[in-house]
Amino acid sequence: MTDPIIRVNDLGKTFGSGMRLSLAKQADEVRAVDGCSFEINRSETLALVGESGCGKSTLGRLLLRLIDATAGKVYFENTELTDLPAARMRDMRRHLQMIFQDPYGSLSPRRTIAQIIAEPLDVFGLVRSGRQRRERVADLMTQVGLSPSFMDRHPRQFSGGQRQRIGIARAIAVDPSFIVADEPVSALDVSVQAQIINLMQDLQKQKGFSFLFIAHDLAVVRHIADRVAVMYLGRIVEIGPKKQIYGMPQHPYTQALLSAAPEPDPDRKGKRIILEGDVPSPKRVPSGCSFHTRCPIRQDICGIERPPLREVAPGQLAACHFAKPFPIPRPTSSQAVPA
Amino acid sequence: MTVPLLKVDNLAVEFGPKANPIRVVDGVSFEITAGGAVGIVGESGSGKSITSLSILRLISEPPGRIVQGRIEFNGVNLLELPRSKMPDIRGRDIAMIFQEPMSSLNPVMTIGDQIGEAIKLHEAMTGEERRARVIEMLRLVGIPDPAGRLDAYPHQFSGGMRQRVMIAMALACNPKLLIADEPTTALDVTIQAQVLDLMHKLRRTLNTAVLLISHDLGVIADVCERVVVMYAGRVVEEADIRSIFRTPQHPYTRGLLQSIPRLDDDRDRLYQIPGSVPLAGSVKKGCPFYERCSLRIEKCMNKMPPMFSFGPDQRAACWVTASQADAKEKEAALQ
Repeated sequence: MTDPIIRVNDLGKTFGSGMRLSLAKQADEVRAVDGCSFEINRSETLALVGESGCGKSTLGRLLLRLIDATAGKVYFENTELTDLPAARMRDMRRHLQMIFQDPYGSLSPRRTIAQIIAEPLDVFGLVRSGRQRRERVADLMTQVGLSPSFMDRHPRQFSGGQRQRIGIARAIAVDPSFIVADEPVSALDVSVQAQIINLMQDLQKQKGFSFLFIAHDLAVVRHIADRVAVMYLGRIVEIGPKKQIYGMPQHPYTQALLSAAPEPDPDRKGKRIILEGDVPSPKRVPSGCSFHTRCPIRQDICGIERPPLREVAPGQLAACHFAKPFPIPRPTSSQAVPA
Repeated sequence: MTVPLLKVDNLAVEFGPKANPIRVVDGVSFEITAGGAVGIVGESGSGKSITSLSILRLISEPPGRIVQGRIEFNGVNLLELPRSKMPDIRGRDIAMIFQEPMSSLNPVMTIGDQIGEAIKLHEAMTGEERRARVIEMLRLVGIPDPAGRLDAYPHQFSGGMRQRVMIAMALACNPKLLIADEPTTALDVTIQAQVLDLMHKLRRTLNTAVLLISHDLGVIADVCERVVVMYAGRVVEEADIRSIFRTPQHPYTRGLLQSIPRLDDDRDRLYQIPGSVPLAGSVKKGCPFYERCSLRIEKCMNKMPPMFSFGPDQRAACWVTASQADAKEKEAALQ
């Protein structure tokens, strides 16, 4: 049984458009997100992957209404967020939180850790006294693995990994049911990345929130996601359960993306699908299938007709005229590293 | 024994006031043979970039200074050369590419002029010959319509194309060694695949040796034949690529390999190394990994372990695994 907490229907965002536009200016429009539809179930992690400029961060911000959509609808628990009046949207934010990529830029340098973590508690009136506030902050810091004795320090006194823990404590302070995490570990050192990934997984297990996890690192995504959505030039080109996306990807872009990631294994060198060229500018999205200019299996129809997302396997949808199962070769026995 | 192309021996670099210096690189040694590919892997603050900059003497003094060691290139100690001789080495014998292809290119100079400048500095050629060489280099790195792109400016190129231009510029004078500091970190994964593919191709055709600096073990595994693992300014392990990934001997290398998520891995939980990377120069005595190490013994706190040999191609600086390996060897000898 599916139990969607977030439903997204034909969502779109075009930048640079507006009433004052003449026809000539329309050429400058950027379609960052175009016709995206999907659902996120309760306590589920949906990962959104794609290369820079594919619109994944914009999509994440649209879901939380940090920016307004130019087309389509977003529902949270059957409430339409896209046309909610500002005051009601504000109340709704208690259930919708965000974790940012940059643990340096997303925390105010002048505030103490206690002030940063307590801000959402104050905004939503969840604590009544100063003492209660400090108790709650101490509890949250313990939950994310920080010593409460650091409560009165400033962000500059913490490392990148610790700052990301502070950002997570702030996000879970109001006990949200949905969190968007935008590249939460990509700015961290490799050895610290694992700590933060484990922390987010543990917290999700305890608290049961749903997660939209935006990332470009496919190995990280494989570790944390239940389902995966792949974006290219503002559109979702493939979406499905993790096992199927990684084991049997059907869209040629997903296949190229998976085979392009270099793996930490010297015996697996260089068996890659190398795509030609660069991602086209979102100002000039190619006609038909937007991937056809780089696609290794393109046919004439691909430049003319845009393929819809269609079910290619149970629960797995791909937007390709010629979608077909493509097993990614994996070594049968993965060699364990001695502890 | 052949003379290695590059031999870094016991290098140490300090920053800050002489009275109270911070040693960010301490006792680093490694070698690269002609045409070889060596990777330096490490996290932020490990000293990997400072090591690579030291080779070309690109550390700004002050605040930094190389306080000990030798850097021998073809048998000549670069650290003893007069500073005025360094520009002859840079670009001609040893070239370098950086992480940020945008900020490493001059925004007000055309692509053709920038690559041409590198050639002009080192080789006597007519303008016509130079132009032909620039076009040849751009074609080699896979820029479509190279003749038509000579007059383009860097902002007209995408990130991946700019990194190709950087590589073309670096290789224009056919250097024997290319130092690449995180060359694909700023690039998307499909573009990274193109650039790595290009580096393989160039190594095959030009036989350029490569020193690759990266935090990404996937990129290292793809390009390199040998790996140097750095932690807090020191080399903690050094081995051929297969030994590093199959039989790592330093607890840090092991932890690092286990903590990275992999595409083919079904573990529920990642292994995590506790704590965080120490600040450069903050570890004054003992093993720099002591605080985070799961195998530590008292000796590690007080005495920095030397590099122990584990087989012919592998060395690691760990008291504990060295004595374990020793015990195993004795056991085998008894049987």
